[in-house]
Amino acid sequence: MHIVVCIKQVPDSAQIRVHPVTNTIMRQGVPTIINPYDLFALEAALELRDQFGGEVTVLTMGPPSAEDSLRKALTFGADRAVLLTDRFFAGADTLATTYALATAIRKISTEFGAPDLVFTGKQTIDGDTAQVGPGIAKRLGLLQLTYVAKISALDLQARTIDAERRSEGGVQLLRTRLPCLVTMLEATNQIRRGAMADALRAARAPIVKWSAQDAGVEDISKCGLRGSPTIVKRVFAPAARSEKAVLIESGEQPAEALIDAIFKRQPALETELAALARGY
Amino acid sequence: MSTAPKTAAPAAGRAATKKELPEHFKAYKHVWVFIEQERGQVHPVSWELMGAGRKLADKLKVDLAAVVIGPEGEATQSAAAEAFCYGADLVYMVADNLLTDYRNESYTKALTDVVNTYKPEILLLGATTLGRDLAGSVATTLLTGLTADCTELDVDADGSLAATRPTFGGSLLCTIYTLNYRPQMATVRPRVMPMPERVVRPVGRIVSHPLGLVEDDIVTKVLSFLPDRDSAKSNLAYADVVVAGGLGLGSPENFQLVRQLATVLGAEYGCSRPLVQKGWITSDRQIGQTGKTIRPKLYIAAGISGAIQHRVGVEGADLIVAINTDRNAPIFDFAHMGIVADAIRLLPALTAAFRARLSPHSRDRIAS
Ligand SMILES: Cc1cc2nc3c(=O)[nH]c(=O)nc-3n(C[C@H](O)[C@H](O)[C@H](O)COP(=O)(O)OP(=O)(O)OC[C@H]3O[C@@H](n4cnc5c(N)ncnc54)[C@H](O)[C@@H]3O)c2cc1C
Ligand SMILES: Nc1ncnc2c1ncn2[C@@H]1O[C@H](COP(=O)(O)O)[C@@H](O)[C@H]1O
Repeated sequence: MHIVVCIKQVPDSAQIRVHPVTNTIMRQGVPTIINPYDLFALEAALELRDQFGGEVTVLTMGPPSAEDSLRKALTFGADRAVLLTDRFFAGADTLATTYALATAIRKISTEFGAPDLVFTGKQTIDGDTAQVGPGIAKRLGLLQLTYVAKISALDLQARTIDAERRSEGGVQLLRTRLPCLVTMLEATNQIRRGAMADALRAARAPIVKWSAQDAGVEDISKCGLRGSPTIVKRVFAPAARSEKAVLIESGEQPAEALIDAIFKRQPALETELAALARGY
Repeated sequence: MSTAPKTAAPAAGRAATKKELPEHFKAYKHVWVFIEQERGQVHPVSWELMGAGRKLADKLKVDLAAVVIGPEGEATQSAAAEAFCYGADLVYMVADNLLTDYRNESYTKALTDVVNTYKPEILLLGATTLGRDLAGSVATTLLTGLTADCTELDVDADGSLAATRPTFGGSLLCTIYTLNYRPQMATVRPRVMPMPERVVRPVGRIVSHPLGLVEDDIVTKVLSFLPDRDSAKSNLAYADVVVAGGLGLGSPENFQLVRQLATVLGAEYGCSRPLVQKGWITSDRQIGQTGKTIRPKLYIAAGISGAIQHRVGVEGADLIVAINTDRNAPIFDFAHMGIVADAIRLLPALTAAFRARLSPHSRDRIAS
């Protein structure tokens, strides 16, 4: 069995600061991490490989420095890593990203064997669109299972997969055919620590590096900024509210003072709250 | 959908790439909203989008259409009828029993076909698990742009959709355009847009479109559906009153104080993200960018600092009340009202005081 896992290297946005004057992201010194959701996808893939045998290939599109994330993935136990890097890919929106990644997956398919499964995270924490997974599936003509909490069965003979998919009002248990693309939800499957042997191997393992041309991109105008139907026109900081909060002085009876202030400001709330409270 | 822009600088550069809309896209007119229906229930986000869509359509002086996709029968018909009450000028409908359960293959075919046949200029969907699953497939099939999780939708002077969304975990906002492709697609999360008023109106024009599939064409099968137990399902996003706690509470035991106040107020309780990460509270209770967006009449936040990722989830609240020991906590920059106090002491006092104020007995006494 062959599983391709798409991972993205993202800035650790907990540590991102915005320059107060220029409104630009201050990236200096901001560490990068593997997108947290992608680790759930990677762990799910590794568990399936451990159970059914086969190989896990991790794939990322990003700057040369994204190699760090791939090495990290190798320490967790991935078998092979592919870095798709080229200045033509810069500035890609989701449509252009899926074009590049789908092209690379086709190339992986011819070089290393056709994948039975392609995994992505639910979403990234920087792009945060949850669209790249469905986009790759569509471009490769794969069936898709999104928001998967659990893969409940895999039958390599019958070529079927059963998975629990989160939907709005409950959980759908779906069965579909391989090959298919799965986007993984955050789950309880924390990424493993990785074996010592994998850590040693990862340090020296060759990383497959492909430019757009190496990956077999036929139409460069479908990549990066040029291949992106959406354009970002304006970037700005959220507007501050003009007034600050009215601070209630916490005197003798702060709770009463606060409730008085609430009802003074929104008199209708008192009857509404009484009605709501009666429901209990 | 654009991934996050690297800096503001290339963003400005991108604006210069505007070209003339290709001829074959000029036939794309009108604003559409996809009406999300699952198991006979329309998701309220669809009506919220109808409110937003109506404004866009009025500004562009075009029609607002609802796209209703579902099984044959009562539920789908009544979803269409409701769409008129929420401002639709017409409804496109694909009704087929193969659409009983949401499946990506059949719904993508239905929506893509209707778009290709009737050509909308703007297409809006809810950013739910269903809407995001569907929008990504449809946009890629149509090879058009899709802006996910928008917080603001507008049309600019030349009629382009200006879709604003948070980026970099909410630290910045960016406005995204789909200039040379149609339709311009966008998704919006539940509760980000206000619920428009429902006005009783007669059923208008319904344009039916065939699905054109047989069951054998659809590979994916739904083996079963496990509905969330009602008790397990929080109504956080749609609650009128929400009480939430953050790390300032110090321990999972102290979170009880939040639950108690919520109970007395008939409110839902919520929390900031670290409490979910620590495993104190389940993730369906998280409020903010990566949790739920809420729009209550009253939001009480105890021991929450007010990080931007939390703020974007609560800004739609009518009245935000913050309890924090730190006078300089960022939450006081966007709360309407606040008190500098120890939540662990104030919450029980608030619970007792609210209970006294709101109990039927105290009202009876006033009435008599
Ligand atoms: C990609 C990304 C997505 C995120 N998404 C979300 C999200 O959806 N929702 C979310 O909430 N966060 C989110 N976050 C996290 C966010 O950045 C903050 O870290 C988080 O909101 C802080 O939680 P907090 O306010 O509970 O804790 P803290 O920031 O630690 O604040 C605790 C506050 O409690 C106060 N306090 C301490 N003791 C007391 C006391 N006894 N009584 C009263 N006040 C007291 C302190 O003064 C402080 O202001 C996200 C972060 C990232 C990077
Ligand atoms: N540049 C990239 N390289 C590899 N995988 C990616 C890339 N961008 C997105 N993905 C995958 O697509 C998922 C969804 O991303 P997004 O649509 O940006 O929220 C991520 O969790 C990754 O698995």
